[in-house]
Amino acid sequence: MLLLELYVFVLAAFTGYLVISRVPSLLHTPLMAATNAISGISLVGSLIAAGSQQNRVATILGFIAVVCATSNIVGGFLITDRMLKMFRRDVPATKRARASAAPPAAH
Amino acid sequence: MRDYFIQGSYLAASVLFILGLRGLTRPDKARRGMQLAAAGMLFAIVGTLVSHQIVDYRWIAAGLVLGVVIGYPMGMWVPMTAMPQRIALSLTFSALAAALVGIAEYNTRLTNGEGIPAAIMAAIGIEVLLGMITVGGTLIAAGKLQEVITSRPLTYRGQNLVNALVFVAMLVLFGFLVSHPERPALFYALIALAFGFGILLVLPIGGADMPVVVALLNSYSGLASCATGFAIGNVILIISGSLDGSSGFILSVLMSKAMNRSFTNVLFGAFGSQTSIGAKSAEGLSVRSTGVEDAAVQLAYAQLVIIIPGYGMAVAQAQHQVRELAELIEGRGGEVKFAVHPVAGRMPGHMNVLLAEANVPYDKLFDMDEINGDFDRADVALVIGANDVVNPAARNDKTSPIYGMPILNADHAKSVIVLKRSMAAGFAGIENELFYNPKTSMLFGDAKKSLTGLVSEVKNV
Repeated sequence: MLLLELYVFVLAAFTGYLVISRVPSLLHTPLMAATNAISGISLVGSLIAAGSQQNRVATILGFIAVVCATSNIVGGFLITDRMLKMFRRDVPATKRARASAAPPAAH
Repeated sequence: MRDYFIQGSYLAASVLFILGLRGLTRPDKARRGMQLAAAGMLFAIVGTLVSHQIVDYRWIAAGLVLGVVIGYPMGMWVPMTAMPQRIALSLTFSALAAALVGIAEYNTRLTNGEGIPAAIMAAIGIEVLLGMITVGGTLIAAGKLQEVITSRPLTYRGQNLVNALVFVAMLVLFGFLVSHPERPALFYALIALAFGFGILLVLPIGGADMPVVVALLNSYSGLASCATGFAIGNVILIISGSLDGSSGFILSVLMSKAMNRSFTNVLFGAFGSQTSIGAKSAEGLSVRSTGVEDAAVQLAYAQLVIIIPGYGMAVAQAQHQVRELAELIEGRGGEVKFAVHPVAGRMPGHMNVLLAEANVPYDKLFDMDEINGDFDRADVALVIGANDVVNPAARNDKTSPIYGMPILNADHAKSVIVLKRSMAAGFAGIENELFYNPKTSMLFGDAKKSLTGLVSEVKNV
């Protein structure tokens, strides 16, 4: 089992490296926010700790972990989307610039 | 049957995460990609909730509700200017979650008396170690970025020795625990040490080095959730943790390359603590200061203006005025480009996000390699609150601490206008030759006020 997990780890890290090294520097902040959101996957472990009724300590630690992970997931995906929404191409901007830059007042 | 469902949901989640991250390679596909990733997250959560291991849902429900209540404002209401500390704080959360799961797992195995195999103990140990280092480190980083703590490096005599001792103590404790897992006191001592080490590690690091630190801690928190996966035998944690870890790793390598410094130098060099060793002093050189009117004329008649934003623009929150100025120049027929240095600001991509927020289209934002050739035909390089990233000493002064760092060739432009609050040295405490260059004129004052002035003057030209 451990060996299998090591395989998964190495292959996933390799895939991650290949995919993420192609992210342009333009989107590095959204990338950090996105990986933060994805790191909320520790919720999976937290849920089991909080809900498996092993002992009081595990339940309470699990509960705090659920709160942390959930807020990362919710906050992370929302803020990534908010950021990505702002990135847009030029076309509408030049139109607006031309409209707002009133004809260079009669010289 | 149920197990197949759970494993299927994890598999779907992994594929969707990777597709989501791949979306980020193109700005126009990025939103769609992140929606896929969010759907993947939903699969993983639902898959886990039906697991046999979960028998009681009350604490889970309470935690989920509280998490949403905290997460929603952190996602929707935090202003873009506060993004660096927001990212640092969410790293705290994810590392804390990983560490707590590790502690809970240790505790459960201990109280159930089922024994802890060395491999599991090693995974729990690494998880708690990296997790708590990240918690300590990111809390200090967030404090520095929010300026609750001074963003200057805090150094004292023998600092590196203390850090080295704490580090060795952690390794010894870790090694001992792997062979003797049933020593809770030592386990909790390890947690405390790791937390303290995280704090000690980041305290001596200055604000301008935060991009590297935040990226590095991002990779630690990813590895911590990876270790969680090994500890509780959960593959989705291993996969997402290693995605997270490699992202942080790539970013920190890029950042330290952009500063021409090694990790060790960033972490133990306490850059900027000693003022300008070997750097040229300003004595005997004179600076040409200019007024808003003259600068406006220069900008209004320029064919090509390259704007270089820096942390000063973020501090003054002047990105909207920058966009307005750029649109005015374009309206008069000039061309405007933005040159973004990889380490401008306090986190990777900081300037891009601020300018995008101000509605600057992303095809006007260029990174260093794309734009450095254009400075030769630029009429004006407009430097807004950037300093070390345009210091020619990096190119030609071997004694300068930043020698070898790749910089933006602002000094190649026909003229340079620098918006700056005062003549205080940049973050690294180094004098900037660019400011004394005969073709440079300095426009002193708050960046937002200067830009507002420039906007109204350019309108009148």
